[in-house]
Amino acid sequence: MSVKTFSIDGQIISAKEGQTILEAARDAGIFIPTLCHFTGLTNVGACRLCVVEIGNSPKLQPACTTKVIEGMEVKVNTERLKEYRKLILELLFAERNHQCSVCVANGNCELQNLAIKLGIDHVRFEFRYQNYPVDISHELFGIDHNRCILCTRCVRVCDEIEGAHTWDVAFRGANAIVITDMNQPWGESESCTSCGKCVLVCPTGALFKRGVSVAELQKDKSHLEFLIQAKVKKQWIR
Amino acid sequence: MEAVEKKEKVEQKQDNRLKFLNAALKRNLYQPDSLIEILHTAQELFGYLSKETLEYITRELKLPPSKVYGVATFYNFFSLKPKGEHTCIVCMGTACYVKGAAELLSEMEKFLNIKAGETTKDGKISIATARCIGTCGSAPAVIYDNQVAAYQTKESVIQKLKEWL
Amino acid sequence: MDLAELLEIAEKERRRKKPIEIHCCVAASCVSSNSQSVKDKLSELLSNTDLKDRVEVVGVGCMGLCSKGPLLRNSVTNEFYCHVNLDNVSEVLKDIQGQKARIEKLKIDDPFYRKQMHIVLENSGKIDPESIESYIAEGGYLTLYQVLHEMTPQEVIDEITKSGLRGRGGAGYPTGLKWSLVAKSQAEKKFVVCNADEGDPGAFMDRSVLESDPHKILEGMIIAAYAVGAQQGYIYIRGEYPLAISRLQNAIKQARKYGLLGTQIFESNFDFKIDIRIGAGAFVCGEETALMQSIEGKRGTPYPRPPYPAEYGLWGYPTLINNVETFANVVPIIRNGSEWFSKIGTEKSKGTKVFALAGKVKKTGLIEVPMGITLREIVEEIGGGVPDGGKIKAVQTGGPSGGCIPASKLDTPVDYESLISLGSMMGSGGMIVMDDKTNMVEVARFFMEFSKDESCGKCIPCRAGTYEIHNILTKIIEREATQDDFEKLKLLCQVVKDTSLCGLGQSAPNPVLSTIMNFEEEYTSLLKKDT
Repeated sequence: MSVKTFSIDGQIISAKEGQTILEAARDAGIFIPTLCHFTGLTNVGACRLCVVEIGNSPKLQPACTTKVIEGMEVKVNTERLKEYRKLILELLFAERNHQCSVCVANGNCELQNLAIKLGIDHVRFEFRYQNYPVDISHELFGIDHNRCILCTRCVRVCDEIEGAHTWDVAFRGANAIVITDMNQPWGESESCTSCGKCVLVCPTGALFKRGVSVAELQKDKSHLEFLIQAKVKKQWIR
Repeated sequence: MEAVEKKEKVEQKQDNRLKFLNAALKRNLYQPDSLIEILHTAQELFGYLSKETLEYITRELKLPPSKVYGVATFYNFFSLKPKGEHTCIVCMGTACYVKGAAELLSEMEKFLNIKAGETTKDGKISIATARCIGTCGSAPAVIYDNQVAAYQTKESVIQKLKEWL
Repeated sequence: MDLAELLEIAEKERRRKKPIEIHCCVAASCVSSNSQSVKDKLSELLSNTDLKDRVEVVGVGCMGLCSKGPLLRNSVTNEFYCHVNLDNVSEVLKDIQGQKARIEKLKIDDPFYRKQMHIVLENSGKIDPESIESYIAEGGYLTLYQVLHEMTPQEVIDEITKSGLRGRGGAGYPTGLKWSLVAKSQAEKKFVVCNADEGDPGAFMDRSVLESDPHKILEGMIIAAYAVGAQQGYIYIRGEYPLAISRLQNAIKQARKYGLLGTQIFESNFDFKIDIRIGAGAFVCGEETALMQSIEGKRGTPYPRPPYPAEYGLWGYPTLINNVETFANVVPIIRNGSEWFSKIGTEKSKGTKVFALAGKVKKTGLIEVPMGITLREIVEEIGGGVPDGGKIKAVQTGGPSGGCIPASKLDTPVDYESLISLGSMMGSGGMIVMDDKTNMVEVARFFMEFSKDESCGKCIPCRAGTYEIHNILTKIIEREATQDDFEKLKLLCQVVKDTSLCGLGQSAPNPVLSTIMNFEEEYTSLLKKDT
């Protein structure tokens, strides 16, 4: 496998052929924010937080789906990108109800962590205060659509790793929601194996274990990461 | 006696519709990627996509139910609720909009006391909007039960609705 | 079928024709004004006269001037009869009989037609779209024969490249380059897709071409498939176009019967099939990756490019996607040569462009003009200007992805680059004229409402951004917005434009940005003053 050399913010990086900018950056310890990406799942380029500047092209490209090309000059931390990322996160915060103080994932939430890291102290848009349902018909888990950011990690992990394809996205645009089977209560889903992978990959408090209270939700992803390693890289022994 | 006959006729008709749906499935070799084609056929046959219809298609095409539901709700053409006896679609394309389509619609909404996308309580009339039906030369246009009518006015639309009621 | 048989069909068709034909438009716009009954009535009237052996009423495709429809044409005098209905159709008969008739007539040198140039529409309104023989009589499928028997795939691609043809779907990517990319991709299967998901409100060029001359698209697609080495084609067409769908189905059936589709086309070793895929009401499916998802029976959500469809398209195979109008240019280019084509238009934009002219203008309908013509010529000369003495304020091109060009810039020549420099774009060809009564902020909101409703919801900037842009525009219209909101609007538009996943999101802010660029005072005059 040949090696590709390129630069991120002036720093020279070597990447394996076929690696994405995001993978190469993470290997080199360079931070690029992401929400819809989850190592081992198909990248969909949906959250747009990882968009980067390449060369002099005015077009931004998502780091998660763009493969490294020899000699490319990538910028991941320009003022423009920082401003854009903040705005995108603010759009998310205004869209549904992300009040951390009453969330099971408080203190253990990727959305919250990212907001802190990117320095968001207020949201420039009016909160929409939409009233989404909470489904706790499943005996082990629950879903609070108010916390969902439509990253579709649950859809992908269920299809690609568990192989059940219980989850999918229904409707479209601002009305889009994730559903189980025929948009029936989760507890009545026949395809769900209750494996809990969707809960583990959920970046926010949208999918949670029942019985946990505010700020109590811990998502130990190590077992899931092991499973994905086994499936993708055929490595069953850690 | 008559009622029984009528009921049988209705059932007969439904059986035929299922036959047509099966023919469409067969024609498409039960390929999962023919889902949208099949939904089109089902919508045409039954007027809408009931939960039972979706489940039937799910089974025949061997697809996950959430995927079928996701596709059926993505496209505007598919309706998961039954429509009215008559449908009236107001074109809201730019040319029609410039020529006052929005006023036509609000006139109808007021007259029937429903909003676009809804059906009157008695199930008689549904009104809906379309994203440009491509007859911009004769704007504003309205489709009454699949018939395109050109140069509509507030008077002409109400006239037509009155005929249906 | 071989060449002799093709020529025989053409000859037979020409002999069958009666000396005088009355062309009656049976495309969607005239059909909605009852042209089908007009046609039947005229045929009936004729059958009772001694003219019946010399005159025939033929249903044809669009003749362009939809606002004067139902439109009929006399093939000998080349005059049009306007606004024909069941009451005055007898006057048409009188005119054919050489009597004095009371009906509005229009000559072919009317300003509406004078500056037009018909390449894509060469057969529209002249042939019977339901009859393959009618198309063959005009030289149809002869080009395909020549391509299959006298040209190599590379020669076909070279001709298209040299002609300078660019994609007519809106972005203007060089067609020859696209074809050569697909041709170069190595794979066991390749596809050719015709994008007929014409979703821009106010645009109906593709519908009209498909309804008027469906075989031309088929022939263009078959030639493209031969050039790139594809075996299967799809036409992805909007469900809103039932007439175009049925004409295409009919055309495919006829072509199959004559051996022009299927195996060993024209007794060569080339096989190609075309199937129709009907859209289900989602604007975003006009975006090529979403379109392919939809053909595969999935939700029409776009995915990031690269990889481009030329390498990784339908089911992962190399796929050539061109728009209807692009395919319609293929046959004329091969038939007349790339040199002929490259002399039409401007330096960077060759050939003609079909526009759907609509809105506040006297004559609305379908026009085809050489690139480089000015907007003023289109709107004032062809369209006849604003009715009722109103003044032009702006011309909107490119639909929800385009922008509003102010009246002061009407002398701009129409080509890809100059429209972009004005904050608009060529788009697929919708052109809406707006008069001085139009409120530009409302126009921007109209398009934003469209984009918001048509956003697939996959990426955040488009899903939530279009909602917030629409929100601020509403606030401005209701005079509730401040300068701060206005600044936020501008930033938001920039973010949505730069970060959205697909073309829909990236171009959604254009109507707002272009109206801010050209009509900023309309926004600022609505803002609340800080107290």
